[in-house]
Amino acid sequence: MSQDTLLDKVWDLHKVSRLPGGSDQIFIGLHLIHEVTSPQAFGALKDKNLKVKFPDRTVATVDHIVPTDNQSRPFKDNLAEQMIETLEKNCLEHKIRFFNIGSGNQGIVHVVAPELGLTQPGMTIACGDSHTSTHGAFGSIAFGIGTSQVRDVLATQTIAMNKLKVRQIWCDNKLSKGVYAKDLVLHIINELGVKAGVGFAYEFAGPAIDELSMEERMTICNMSIEGGARCGYINPDEKTFSYIKDKLCAPKDEHWENALKWWKSLKSDENSIYDDLIKIDASKIEPTVTWGITPGQSIGINQQIPLLDELSPNDKLVAEEAFEYMNFKQGQSIKDIPVEVCFIGSCTNGRISDLRIAAKVLKDKKVSKNVKAFVVPGSERVANEAKREGLDQIFKDSGFQWREPGCSMCLAMNSDKLIGNQVSASSSNRNFKGRQGSPNGRTLLMSPAMVAAAAINGKVSDVREFIN
Amino acid sequence: MKSEFNPPIGQIIQINGQCISLIGNDIDTDRIIPARFLKCVNFDSLGESVFADDRKNLNGKHPFDLEENKNASILVVNSNFGCGSSREHAPQALLRWGIKAIIGESFADIFYSNCIAIGIPCFTLAKELIHKIQKNKNDKYLFLEIDLKKSLAKSKDLNFHLDIKESSRKMFLSGEWDATSTLLENGNLIEKKLTQLPYIKFNTKLL
Repeated sequence: MSQDTLLDKVWDLHKVSRLPGGSDQIFIGLHLIHEVTSPQAFGALKDKNLKVKFPDRTVATVDHIVPTDNQSRPFKDNLAEQMIETLEKNCLEHKIRFFNIGSGNQGIVHVVAPELGLTQPGMTIACGDSHTSTHGAFGSIAFGIGTSQVRDVLATQTIAMNKLKVRQIWCDNKLSKGVYAKDLVLHIINELGVKAGVGFAYEFAGPAIDELSMEERMTICNMSIEGGARCGYINPDEKTFSYIKDKLCAPKDEHWENALKWWKSLKSDENSIYDDLIKIDASKIEPTVTWGITPGQSIGINQQIPLLDELSPNDKLVAEEAFEYMNFKQGQSIKDIPVEVCFIGSCTNGRISDLRIAAKVLKDKKVSKNVKAFVVPGSERVANEAKREGLDQIFKDSGFQWREPGCSMCLAMNSDKLIGNQVSASSSNRNFKGRQGSPNGRTLLMSPAMVAAAAINGKVSDVREFIN
Repeated sequence: MKSEFNPPIGQIIQINGQCISLIGNDIDTDRIIPARFLKCVNFDSLGESVFADDRKNLNGKHPFDLEENKNASILVVNSNFGCGSSREHAPQALLRWGIKAIIGESFADIFYSNCIAIGIPCFTLAKELIHKIQKNKNDKYLFLEIDLKKSLAKSKDLNFHLDIKESSRKMFLSGEWDATSTLLENGNLIEKKLTQLPYIKFNTKLL
């Protein structure tokens, strides 16, 4: 069992009691809600005649169902309109702060909370969304929960949970040029597999992680869940503190000094004990692309899709399914596979630095005429900053459509969907069957820079050929 | 889908039912319930949409469409079942279709917690035994009696031990798997914890 890791420290701090069944009752410091997984939780409160215990510890925004073309109300989609209205009503009734469309602070919940300074080291953070692991980039212990647990957090500010084991993933050396956080995390998931993280929190550490910006660290922790780990985190450092400083909800004045003092004490001890340790050499990683139907089925841009015979019996079963679904051949190069849709956005890669990198690739270039390309900023703040820097214009000039913030085609709950068996190059996080809105649509996950390169060439390409 | 839906309540000690096998590793919650069905403010109508796309692709041949499975209630799956999205809509859809328990090689963490929270016990079993059940020629008639007290399952020809987290097992046996009331009992401790957290003091501008 792990000892003296950040997870141990934060867990112990937030432990309210040991429950009769043997799991722990854990206090949730920050609860984030959105329109998809909260209505039934509020409904359950009503059924049980319960109130929200600490309304000021829950913050809401709307992201999954929002249209990205025309956000005027009422939404064209009646069901989407009903969902946003329900969230508005619930927040009003229970006095929960809601960052609605047009507030300047709306966006994907995992983009919004960090950029407002709500996400801070040492907190426990929960949200009815599996990508809550994103917030671990700040040294918080953050995890996705289901709707029944959303109900429990609303009613009690606590949940019942078994303590997670801790696996440290030590990333040596540095990423090479044209290789990004997305490539690193796809590589890690490929190495360890999509279920290796079950029962674990992943602690990402080492020189390659230290080197990353906060937004890149969020990309890494975001995808912990794709490796099976409900929670992923990085010990906070000076980069963490300076990212938070002066944000809207960050501690101010003398509180800032107190916060800083406490945050600096928060990290895994040098001689802490882990349940498992893994080493990765970051310098050997190439731009990475998925070819199958799980985020673990990825290869470097210059590699070939594996042969079935090379795979372990377990991997083989899913690979067979992937070949049938994707209609790719064993041994085929991933490079030059034609793409029809290019999507830049999501809680994984929809932040300002992602847009900057993609815009740099796209500047003075044109999107292939066979490609429909669109960019969905992660939040209103991201969109506004991009416009201030003129990035929106670079995207538009290249042939990308510039959209309004939301989750969009990461999970296709709005009208942004693949059609038929289209192949998409996507900066999102899941290449599951049907994930992007068409029951036979095909998703290739990659970094935003690689999506930009694919958009220009109309096929999977090595972005390093576009950057000097 | 069964005509009448009765959610589980109280103690869950014994589950008797016919097995339904679903073969495949890493079956994610998007497949269990595609995102377009998440546009709802309650879970009521999810049962009919469970595995909607997979079923459409198999044109009536999906296990959830086979006549012989229409009364099944114990789902038998492979490894990492329920990975991906945290949507509780996935186990809610299974529950409303008629699933009362799941036996698998392994489960994704959030899916597992969601199942426990709504009264679906999830058991793990060695791969070889899972395969034996899934490949049993008499599969369509395999009827299991699961005893949570002893963590045992038996059928006409089989008798085996099922693994389940001890905390989950205890909660089902005591009927306290619907956690809210248990958590609320510690109201004083929760209030006290709030005052002990350093960040509550310096986050005066949280809201």
